[in-house]
Amino acid sequence: MASNATEYIKHHLTFWNSDPSAGFWSFHVDTFSVSLLLGFVFAGIFALVARRARLENPGRLQLFVEMVVDMVDTQVKEIFHGKSKVIAPLALTIFCWIFLMNAMDLLPVDLLPWIAQNVGAALGHDPHHVYLRVVPSADVNATFAMSLSVMICIIGFSISAKGLGGWGKELLTTPFHAHGTVMKVILAPINFAFQMIELLAKPISLSLRLFGNMYSGELIFILIALLPWGFQWILGAPWAIFHILVITLQAFVFMMLTIVYLSLAVESH
Amino acid sequence: MEFNATLLGQAITFAILVWFTMKFVWPPLTNMMDERAKRIADGLAAAERGKQDLEAAEKRVADELRTAKQQATEIMLAAEKRASQIVEEAKEAARTEGAKLLADAKGQIDQEVLRAKEALREQVAELAVVGAEKILRREIDAAKHADLLASIKAEL
Repeated sequence: MASNATEYIKHHLTFWNSDPSAGFWSFHVDTFSVSLLLGFVFAGIFALVARRARLENPGRLQLFVEMVVDMVDTQVKEIFHGKSKVIAPLALTIFCWIFLMNAMDLLPVDLLPWIAQNVGAALGHDPHHVYLRVVPSADVNATFAMSLSVMICIIGFSISAKGLGGWGKELLTTPFHAHGTVMKVILAPINFAFQMIELLAKPISLSLRLFGNMYSGELIFILIALLPWGFQWILGAPWAIFHILVITLQAFVFMMLTIVYLSLAVESH
Repeated sequence: MEFNATLLGQAITFAILVWFTMKFVWPPLTNMMDERAKRIADGLAAAERGKQDLEAAEKRVADELRTAKQQATEIMLAAEKRASQIVEEAKEAARTEGAKLLADAKGQIDQEVLRAKEALREQVAELAVVGAEKILRREIDAAKHADLLASIKAEL
C-alpha cells in the first residue's frame, strides 16, 4: 500500500507536460487547456447574458450575473477612486476565472484523470504515463501568470497616473524622506530597494497564497481518496463543503488585493 | 514548482479574457443596470408625483364641492326669499286692488245715492214748485216770479 500510495499521489501531482525534456519551453497541456476551457465558460456565459440582457423582467441567469457584476462593481467603487475602464472588468475576470479554476477541485479527484487514462489507453498510450491535473490554480504557472499580469498593471497604472518621472521619483524618495541633497542621494538606493521588494512581494504573495491553498486542498482530496471507499465521505464531505468556502474566498481575496494594489498605485503617497 | 512556457500561455489567455470582458461583458451589463436603476428612480419619483397630484386633486374636489354646496344654499335662500317676496307682492297687489274696487264701489254707491238724492230733491222741488204754483197760480205771475222760483229750486 505504501509504495502504491506514493505512486498514486505522485501520479496525481504530475502535470501533463507537452515535452518534459524541453525545459522552460514545454507546456502543461492540462493547466492550459482546462483554464482556457473555463475561460470560455466564463466569457461565454457572461457575454451571452450581456448580449441578451433585459432591462425588465430579467431571468435567473441574468440576475445571477448581475449579482456578481454588482458585487465587483461595489468593491471597485469603494476602494478605487481613480478613473479606469480596465480595473472593474479586470477584477470581474479575476474573480470568475479563479473561482471556476478553483471549483475544479470539487470534482471527484479521480474522475477526469481516470477518463483521460482510459482515453489514452484507447489511443494506444501507456495509461501509467497519462497525466492530468484538473485544478489549474494548483499550478504556479497559472497563478504567477495572473499575479505577474497584475504587477504589470500596477506599473502601468503608476506610470499613467504619475508619469514616468513621477513614478521614478517616488521609487527613489519613498518610504524614507530626506531634506539635504547628500542624504537624498544616500537614501535613494535604499528607497529603491524597498520599493522593488514591495513591488515584487505583491505578485509573489498573491500567487503563492492562491497556489498554496489550492495545492493543499487538492492534496487532501488525494489523501482522502486513499481511504477505504466506505469511509471516504466522513472526511471527504466536510472537506468539500469547507472547500466551497475556500475556493470562493481565495477568488475574492485575489480580486480584492488586485483592486487594493491598483488603487495604491494611482494614489500618491 | 516548475516554471515553464505555461506561464506565458496563461498570461496571454488572461489578457485576452480581460480584454474580452472589458469589451463585451462589462459595458453592456453596467449600462443596462445603471439604466434600470435610473428607470426605477424615475418610476418612484413619478409615483410620488402622482400621489401628490391625486392629493391636490382630492383637495380641489373637496373645495369645489364645498363651494357648490354653499352656492346651492345661497341660491335656495334667495329663491325662498324671492318667493315670499312675490307672495307678499301679490298679497299687497290684491289688497290694493280690493281696496280700490271697494273704494270704486263706494264711490259709485255714493254717487248713486247722491244722484238719487238729487233726483229726489229735484222731484221734491218740482213738487214743491208745482204745489206752490198751484197755490200761487192766481196770485203769482210765473214770468214775474221766475227768479224767485229758481232760487227756491236751487235751495231745495
